[in-house]
Amino acid sequence: MSTYYLNYLEELESEAIFILREVWGQFQNPVILFSGGKDSILITHLAKKAFHPAKIPFALMHVDTGHNFPEAIQFRDDLAKQLGVNLIVGSVQESIDKGRVAEEKGKNATRNALQITTLLDSLEEHKVDCAIGGGRRDEEKARAKERFFSHRDEFGQWDPKNQRPELWNLLNGKYFEGEHFRAFPISNWTEMDVWNYLTKEKIEIPSLYLAHQRDVVKRNGSWIPNSEFLKLEPNEEIVSKRIRFRTLGDITITGGIESDADTMEKIVEEVSTMRETERGNRSDDKRSETAMEDRKKDGYF
Amino acid sequence: MKIDKNQLLRFTTAGSVDDGKSTLIGRLLYDSKSIFEDQLAAVKNSSKQKGIEGVDLAMFTDGLKDEREQGITIDVAYRYFTTPKRKFIIADTPGHIQYTRNMVTGASTANAAVVLIDARHGVIEQTKRHTFIASLLNIPHIIVCVNKMDLVSYSEETFNSIVEEFEEFSSKLLIKDVRYIPISALDGDNVVNRSENMAWFQGSPMLHELETLHISSDINKIDARFPVQTVLRPQRKGFEDYRGYAGRIASGIYRVNEEVTILPSGFTSKIKTINVGETEVEEAFAPMSVAMTLEDDVDISRGNMIVKKNNQPKLLQEFDVMLCWLNNAPLKSRTKYTIMHTSNEQKAVIKEVVYKVDVNTFKRNEEDKDLTMNDIARVKLKTSHRLMIDSYRDNRSTGSIILVDESTKETVAAGMIV
Repeated sequence: MSTYYLNYLEELESEAIFILREVWGQFQNPVILFSGGKDSILITHLAKKAFHPAKIPFALMHVDTGHNFPEAIQFRDDLAKQLGVNLIVGSVQESIDKGRVAEEKGKNATRNALQITTLLDSLEEHKVDCAIGGGRRDEEKARAKERFFSHRDEFGQWDPKNQRPELWNLLNGKYFEGEHFRAFPISNWTEMDVWNYLTKEKIEIPSLYLAHQRDVVKRNGSWIPNSEFLKLEPNEEIVSKRIRFRTLGDITITGGIESDADTMEKIVEEVSTMRETERGNRSDDKRSETAMEDRKKDGYF
Repeated sequence: MKIDKNQLLRFTTAGSVDDGKSTLIGRLLYDSKSIFEDQLAAVKNSSKQKGIEGVDLAMFTDGLKDEREQGITIDVAYRYFTTPKRKFIIADTPGHIQYTRNMVTGASTANAAVVLIDARHGVIEQTKRHTFIASLLNIPHIIVCVNKMDLVSYSEETFNSIVEEFEEFSSKLLIKDVRYIPISALDGDNVVNRSENMAWFQGSPMLHELETLHISSDINKIDARFPVQTVLRPQRKGFEDYRGYAGRIASGIYRVNEEVTILPSGFTSKIKTINVGETEVEEAFAPMSVAMTLEDDVDISRGNMIVKKNNQPKLLQEFDVMLCWLNNAPLKSRTKYTIMHTSNEQKAVIKEVVYKVDVNTFKRNEEDKDLTMNDIARVKLKTSHRLMIDSYRDNRSTGSIILVDESTKETVAAGMIV
C-alpha cells in the first residue's frame, strides 16, 4: 500500500463496519432485517467482515408477506445456513389469521402496509432492541432524513421532526424500555455504490436481479411478474419478456425492467445509464407523494 | 467507472431559501445528471401546481411533508452525487430554524463548507454565523459562493468588494483555506460549467474546485489513535486463542510488529496481526475499520484505546470544551450527564460556564451563563474517570464529545475539546 487514503467504496465499507460494530457494542439483542434483497445481502456480507473470524452475532429477521419470489426465499435459507446464523421469520399470514391485521381490499390491494404490524410484533416477541436495515438515504426523500441510529418510540413510531442530532462518529443508542432503534449502516451508499461493491467483492445475489425470461403483465408502466397471487384485469395479457428486477419486494408489487444485463458487470453499466430511480417500479411508493414518509412514521422499514 | 483512486468528499451547505441554496444544490444534481426522470417528473408536476413555469430546482431538495408545505427545511438532509472524479455527500442544513444545531451537525463530518452570499446584499449576519461555525468545527476548506451575480450585472467590482469584506471579518477566525467564486445558481454560471458572462473571473467553477480540493490530509495521519469498539472472541475451531480488538482507526497509521500502549491501563505489547475482514494487512491507517491482535494477553475492553508508546493523548478528568447546546431543555447545573467520547462512556458534570459566544458578532459574554438551545459556550467539564483526549484542533475524532441527558436519553450537547 503506497497511498494513505481510501477510495470512496473503501470508505463507505469502513463506515458501515463501524456502524455494525457500534450496534453490537451498544445494544443487547440486535437483528438484521433480511428481505432477500441486495441491500440486506450487502449488510449481511458487511457484518461478516465486521466480526471475522467470529460468526455474525446477529440473527436474521425476515418479515414474510407470503407473497414472495420463491427464489428469494431459497436464497435466504441457504445464506442463513451457510453463515450459521439464526433465522427468525415473522409471518404476515399469521398476523392476518390471528386477526391482528386485515387484508387490503380493492384492485391494487397489497400486503405491503400489513408488514408493519408483523414487524413490530416480531421485534417485541423476540425482545429486539435494534433492527439493522438496508435503507439508504438516496432511495427516497423521507429516507434522506434518516440517522444511522434512528429512534423508535414505544409504538414503533418514527418522529422525523424531532430526531437526535448525530455528530462526528458519536452515536447515541440509548432508549427506555419498550422503545427500540433502527440502524442503517449503508445510509450513505447509492444504488450505484451497492452494485459496484457487490461486483468488486463478488457477492452472490438472487438470480432475479439478472436478466432472465419471465411471464409478466404490464401494469402502471412496469412489468409485474405472473404468480399465483396475480389477478388479471380484463384488458391485461400475460406475455413473456426478458427482464430483471432492480429491487425485490413482494412479488405482487415489484415490477421488472426489460433488460439484457445478465452479468454483474453489465448491471453496473446499465445502472450507470438509468434515467429512473430504482423505486420507480415499486407501486407501494407510487400511492402518494408521501407514501414512504407516512409508512415510516408508523414503523415501516 | 474507475473507483480505485476516487475519494469521498463531504461538504455542508448553509443558507436560507432566499440565498438560493436549494437552487444551487438542485443545479449541482441536475447538471451532474444525478436527477432521475421520475424525480424530475414529480418536481415538474409540483412546480406546475405551485404555478411555477418549468422546473423549480429548489424542489429537488424538499423532503418531509411539512417542509414542502411550508417551503422550509427542518432537518439536515443528505444528498449524493458522483462525478467521474469523486463521490460527494452534501449535508444540506437549514438557514433559519435551529440553524446552529443543524449547522454544527452537518459541519461535524465535512471536508468543506460552502458559504453562500447574495451578491445584492453582501456579507450579512448569517454569513458571519455560518463562517464562525465552520471555523469552530474546524472544517478544512471553505468555498465562498457569491450568488445571484446575474442580478448585479455580473459586476467584478461587486464581487471584489464582497471578497474584501469577507477577508476582513474572517481574519478574526481560524480558517485555513478559503476560495471565492462568483456564481449564478439559477442559470448555472460557474457552478458546473464556466460562465461566459464573467470572463474576468480567472478561477475554476465550483464543481471543479470540489473535485480537486486536496483532502487526503484532512484526517490526522500523525497521531495514532485506535479506540476499541468491541473484542472479537470467535471460540470456534482454528481460532480458540484468538482475541481481536475491533475498531475504526481514528487517526494515524499502525503497522504489524509495532510497539503499542493500551490506555488507560498503560500496558504495553506489540501488534501481531491487522485484519480488514478476512484479509490480513501489514499496515492500516485512518479511517479504516480493522481488527488487531497483540503479542501479549492483556485485558482490553470497549472504550480502551491502543496508541503508540511515544505519542500518547492526554489522560484527563478535567478539561475545557467549546460546547454547543442542542436541546430544548436548557443546561441544568450540577446534573450528571453521560459523556460519549470515541467508544468510551463516562459521567460528566459542567463545573463552570466560562463565557458564551455571540455567533453573530463573535463577542464573548461572561455575564449571561444560561445555556439554551443553539448557544455556544466555553465550559469546564469534569468526568467520573479520566478520558484519553486530544484537542479538537489536532484531532477531530479524539477531540469531540457529546452529552446525553439520562432522564430523556437525548443528545443535548456537542463539544470540542480546547
